[in-house]
Amino acid sequence: MGRVRVLVGTRKGAFILTSDAGRTNWHVDGPHFPGWEMYHLKASPLNPDRIYASQSNGWFGQIIQRSDDGGRSWNPVDNAFVYDGIPGTHMWYNGTPHPWEFKRVWHLEPSLTEPDTVFAGVEDAALFKSADGGASWRELSGLRGHGTGSQWQPGAGGMCLHTIVADPTNAQRMYVAISAAGAFRTVDGGESWTPINKGLRSGEIPDTDAEVGHCVHRLALHKANPQRLYMQKHWDVMRSDNGGDSWYEVSGNLPTDFGFPIDVHAHEPDTIYVVPITSDHHHFPPDGKLRVYRSKTGGNEWEALGRGLPDANCYVNVLRDAMAVDTLDECGVYFGTTGGQVYVSPNGGDNWQAIVHDLPPVLSVEVQTLP
Amino acid sequence: MVSVTVTRVRVVLPGPLKALLQINSEVSLDVSGDVSLRAVLDTLEQRYPTLRGTIRDHGTHKRRAFVRFYACEQDLSLQSPDDLLPESVRDGREPLLIVGAMAGG
Repeated sequence: MGRVRVLVGTRKGAFILTSDAGRTNWHVDGPHFPGWEMYHLKASPLNPDRIYASQSNGWFGQIIQRSDDGGRSWNPVDNAFVYDGIPGTHMWYNGTPHPWEFKRVWHLEPSLTEPDTVFAGVEDAALFKSADGGASWRELSGLRGHGTGSQWQPGAGGMCLHTIVADPTNAQRMYVAISAAGAFRTVDGGESWTPINKGLRSGEIPDTDAEVGHCVHRLALHKANPQRLYMQKHWDVMRSDNGGDSWYEVSGNLPTDFGFPIDVHAHEPDTIYVVPITSDHHHFPPDGKLRVYRSKTGGNEWEALGRGLPDANCYVNVLRDAMAVDTLDECGVYFGTTGGQVYVSPNGGDNWQAIVHDLPPVLSVEVQTLP
Repeated sequence: MVSVTVTRVRVVLPGPLKALLQINSEVSLDVSGDVSLRAVLDTLEQRYPTLRGTIRDHGTHKRRAFVRFYACEQDLSLQSPDDLLPESVRDGREPLLIVGAMAGG
């Protein structure tokens, strides 16, 4: 049968939602770390009771917490994210050089192959690695140092490395995404990196198809076809069939192709989900109707999924890390909103129910499928 | 043999950091040598390594922007971290207050 554990990060604490495989009766545990911004929580796929959590606030900075008992208890681990060597500069909003300054951890990605290894994506954009369960961190500085780093410029949300996607078939291959620099790939475990933004077009930058400068919001892949990448860009839903060497647009019949999250069905590599948002200015769904859109064809042909979702007067947003899928036989899809709702569809998006209605604004949602 | 003076200093942490350390009360620290802000914070971070980076930055030890240091109804935040703390902090009558700056509206 199995059960699920949903890890929810919010602006004011973390919550752990659990259910059996039916996914209709939920237990809500939390808030953990009340009052703190919990940007992301994620468990190790090799040790499901080990969960990492990014805890921060504007006063007291960054803490990383680790649980080794499925979130019942937590212990702080190392929080020193020190850039390698002399950090140098990126580009500031006014076009002048600006020194790299650590602000927070946006995303934690436990390794698929090494039980004590975890990666952290941070603002100002950089990638860190711990090989000792978070007890110490070192920067994988080949990313910032590969040549374009000095041209990266923050978007309105800050210059954050927010997405880390590991190739489940090749531990040396990973992808990251940075706002507003673009997508990058490593094939040597993170030591060296290449920008992979060919085919992206962004009207917000002067050279619309520049090598870097694109505001990539999220990447996703499926283990059955790891050369195919999906991307929700600031505007445009994109797809690559060659590991990011080139991209083409698959927005198709979406009502708007602005949005933040994108995810893939657990068992169907061609089935993907996005949440269209009116525009970069509005940051709420078109016509006040909250809809997930599903494509069963890897993009271009999309259907609206709204059974159980608000049909009117809904003006929330769904942030980039706030969608996840479980791996039960009938794939569950989850997302959280800035209005504090966490929704689940236990049948791949056909029907939805709110697990919780009134949490603080949801920053991230991850789900674990447990025995 | 050189003897070093050890002074017991009281420190009141802000609520979020008390919660982080899972403590409810003020902290008493035995500070060696001159009782400056730097010496107190060094001792505090040695006792509670989790606090490293939360009050002052890693490496530079620069005060975080929205953290303030008060004692004896004075704001000590802008003083040199090597200045001696007020006498009544040094003799334990008054605590050093570490405060999160006001925010919101």
